[in-house]
Amino acid sequence: MENVIFNQLNYPILTYTVFLPVLGALLLLFMSNATLIRWTTLAVTAATFVISLPLLTAFNKSTYKMQFVERHEWIPSWGINYFIGIDGISILFIFLTTLLSMLCVLVSWKAIETKAKEFHIAILTMEAGMLGVFVALDFFLFYIFWEAMLIPMFLLIGVWGGPQRVYAAIKFFLYTLVGSVLMLVGIVVLYFTGGNTLDILTLSAMQYPVKLQYWLFMAFLAAFAVKVPMFPVHTWLPDAHTEAPTAGSVILAGVLIKMGAYGFLRFSIPMFPDATKFFMQPMLILSVIAIIYGALVCLAQKDLKRLIAYSSVSHMGFVTLGIFALNSQGMEGGILQMLNHGIITGALFLMVGIIYERTHTRVIADYGGFATLVPWFAGLFIILTFASIGLPGTNGFIGEFLILFGAFKAQKLYGALAATGVILGAGYMLWLYQRVFWEKANPDWTSASHAVRDLNLREVITLLPLFILIFWIGCYPETFLSYMHSSVEHLLENINKPAAAGPEDLIAQRILEIF
Amino acid sequence: MKTANYLVEITMLMPELTMMFMALILLLLDLVVKKKEVLAGVGISGILVAIYGTYKLFVFTEPQSAFADMFVLDGYSNFFKLIFYFNIILTMLISLKYMSIEKASFGEYYALLLFSTTGMMIMASASDLITLYLGLELMALSTYILAGLLRKQPRSNEAALKYFFLGAFSSAFLLYGISLTYGLTGTTNLKGIAAALQTLNILESPVVFLGLIFLIAAFAFKVALAPFHMWAPDVYEGAPTSVTAFMSVGPKAAGFAVMGRVLFEAFGGMHLQWNSILIPLAIITMAVGSISALAQTNIKRMLAYSSIAHAGYMLLGVIAGTPGGLASMVNYLMIYMFMNIGAFAIVIMLRREGFQGENLDDYTGLAKSHPLASALMLIFMFSLTGIPPTAGFIGKFYVFMEAINAGYTYLAVIAVVFSVISAFFYLRVVMNMYMKDPKEEVTLTTTSSLNLALAITTVMVILIGVFPSFLLNLVRTSILG
Repeated sequence: MENVIFNQLNYPILTYTVFLPVLGALLLLFMSNATLIRWTTLAVTAATFVISLPLLTAFNKSTYKMQFVERHEWIPSWGINYFIGIDGISILFIFLTTLLSMLCVLVSWKAIETKAKEFHIAILTMEAGMLGVFVALDFFLFYIFWEAMLIPMFLLIGVWGGPQRVYAAIKFFLYTLVGSVLMLVGIVVLYFTGGNTLDILTLSAMQYPVKLQYWLFMAFLAAFAVKVPMFPVHTWLPDAHTEAPTAGSVILAGVLIKMGAYGFLRFSIPMFPDATKFFMQPMLILSVIAIIYGALVCLAQKDLKRLIAYSSVSHMGFVTLGIFALNSQGMEGGILQMLNHGIITGALFLMVGIIYERTHTRVIADYGGFATLVPWFAGLFIILTFASIGLPGTNGFIGEFLILFGAFKAQKLYGALAATGVILGAGYMLWLYQRVFWEKANPDWTSASHAVRDLNLREVITLLPLFILIFWIGCYPETFLSYMHSSVEHLLENINKPAAAGPEDLIAQRILEIF
Repeated sequence: MKTANYLVEITMLMPELTMMFMALILLLLDLVVKKKEVLAGVGISGILVAIYGTYKLFVFTEPQSAFADMFVLDGYSNFFKLIFYFNIILTMLISLKYMSIEKASFGEYYALLLFSTTGMMIMASASDLITLYLGLELMALSTYILAGLLRKQPRSNEAALKYFFLGAFSSAFLLYGISLTYGLTGTTNLKGIAAALQTLNILESPVVFLGLIFLIAAFAFKVALAPFHMWAPDVYEGAPTSVTAFMSVGPKAAGFAVMGRVLFEAFGGMHLQWNSILIPLAIITMAVGSISALAQTNIKRMLAYSSIAHAGYMLLGVIAGTPGGLASMVNYLMIYMFMNIGAFAIVIMLRREGFQGENLDDYTGLAKSHPLASALMLIFMFSLTGIPPTAGFIGKFYVFMEAINAGYTYLAVIAVVFSVISAFFYLRVVMNMYMKDPKEEVTLTTTSSLNLALAITTVMVILIGVFPSFLLNLVRTSILG
């Protein structure tokens, strides 16, 4: 295999990273003391984070090839291998996942009182599933991780969530499952077309008939669009994000919804280049709708978490806009913005979770005047607000700027429309800030009995890494962008190869008419 | 024809004979032994002897036929026998305490399980329509009695009666099909039928097709394909739960065994014709199974509809019409056996003196009082849904793969859509257990044998889900040679 670099370290680093949380979860099965469980989970997630760090330092940035590759026979009768590795697109998500999982344990320290053992097992299996999705280089393995993740997430929302949790959990599960099983059919079709292999690299290197590409693109779109979520299949997200416990929201917003966009980058675009170009316009239109619609809906929200959830729809619209602009700026911006959104929205949900622990209300109207009550909290929150809006100096600016740059290069109109989303974003975020932290204080919170505490040390430690990243990426994004240059370049070269087949056929015309 | 060496031919029947012999011994032992655990123990040891026999007979790489081609011993039949052995052993393990709670602790129960399983084994090995009928009736008659074992409960009586009448009806269909086929081809031997259809050039004949329709209808009844499924929910609900577990796997597997063999061996040349019946049947079955299950409040009825839906997925393997399709079907049956009996084992745990524990509401808040049992039920429910990394996913994946390989991509799409619908009712059990607060304290009836059955099923469901290779290799060497 000349298109991969086998593990450059002398130990299976990716396997350790992915399966350490599983090991931790098994360990938890034999524990009963809640404090011990918390400390063990924290230790396991921290250890996972630490052992994933050598990936960043040992990574060879000059090549698009898969690195740290491990490959073992798994199900030989189907030609399926345990095949994992990372490239410039996935490496940053490994880092994001291990970091956020650790913070999720910290933020749940006091918030989760019932069934603590099950909760931490769910968090750890969730982490393993997410990591697995980003490292899998075999479709079968990928699908196993992709689906297996649903189980802990379903439980996280349904068991430890808010009042509407059961409805939200079922909705999340069924929406995601519908998309996934259609992708499964697509995967099996690829298996037979590609000569009885599910090796993602082999399948990416092949050329498929244009007609088949359209069908497969749509099958994969079903799975990824739901996960992103793109308009109009985004409706599970506000419910799931709102009802999930803080840790669940952070994982959902931080990592889970990135998998859809990652799927486009890893599968749809390299495998179906002709279909990608064909579907570019509708994808851009859907992205712009998501940006503007998501932002407008945010303006109407009364619930703090719901507002942030809808802002995710808008921000993920930027991500897909950047990716489907199909140029290097847009794509790099899209990938960076995925990371940024994970950091910013992750931090936003963490902070909302922290304040919810004190006030037990998510209704914006119940707040007011919190700047004087919790000054430290307010100070940190304004930084997040600016980062979310995309103020220069914060990471949000870099991502959105690159995406808009790419979008203008691809289609001026979409660039212009998307830019209005930035303005609306400033509108709803600043208005939110005004209603929560300024204005007249709600007398409930000023009375001595309900006095709201400011941040404690544990909470500051939880938030600190994310704030460092916000400014790091905001001031010197090249640290992170440098990882993805070669991979993105290679991806774009792939798309711009001449088309595989001749004239458009009837089905293609039909699809065109539908849109 | 050379003189048959009956001694060698009898050897091939050794597993069946052992089972039959054991059943008779149990009937006699029942007169002197008062402890039913002893009977179960003797029964299981007998089955282990039969398993040893089947294992020894695995040495034949080529299919062996005996008794003038009435009985065949090949990988296909041996694999099915493996399913039947597991099925009966697991059933016996989950029955012990349960049958005494139901006050139906008869020694005949174990003998009947053995008789029924012997019938299934004969069906799996039948290479002649007469042997097939023989095995089928032996299986069916024993199962009717098993369903009605709770003499004092009206619903058990109703179950037995319903099963018996409809079963008799389907037997009649089978005989019609056999006689029509015999009339046209002059033979009841499966290979003979295939040859006669070719030489007489009657593959297109509508009368042959009619005979085939009768045969399919009879098989469809046994495996509970819609619209021949009406008996299933009532019988599954009324029969003792351990018998339901036994019935939801055994007769279904045996039905698929004969369906696969008859369609592939005798009517292999009429693939398109039988598919024109089986494809609509599969779609209706998946639809009826998944959608009706949504409305159930009794878990046994829900699992009955779920077993109907699963029959629809398995049918995709037959529809594919390839050896690979057949392999995917038997693989699915093996996996289905573990996850379904596992789920029924949990249902049985909830049954105690004076408490049925069959309502979905009885599972409310179970995770709080019984975290381990709930976790196991969660695994079985996700496996039945087909979510990785459980065995259920491997089963579905293989079936869909073979269906798509044979060009039935649209059927695979329909199947996955229905599997999403079915996810809802499996999730409802999980939801009840984990996401609601308990109303009343539920105590579980546990015995070491039940725990053993749960351990076996859980380990297999997860092991097959993560490392399916050993099972796939076994399936492929058995079916594909």
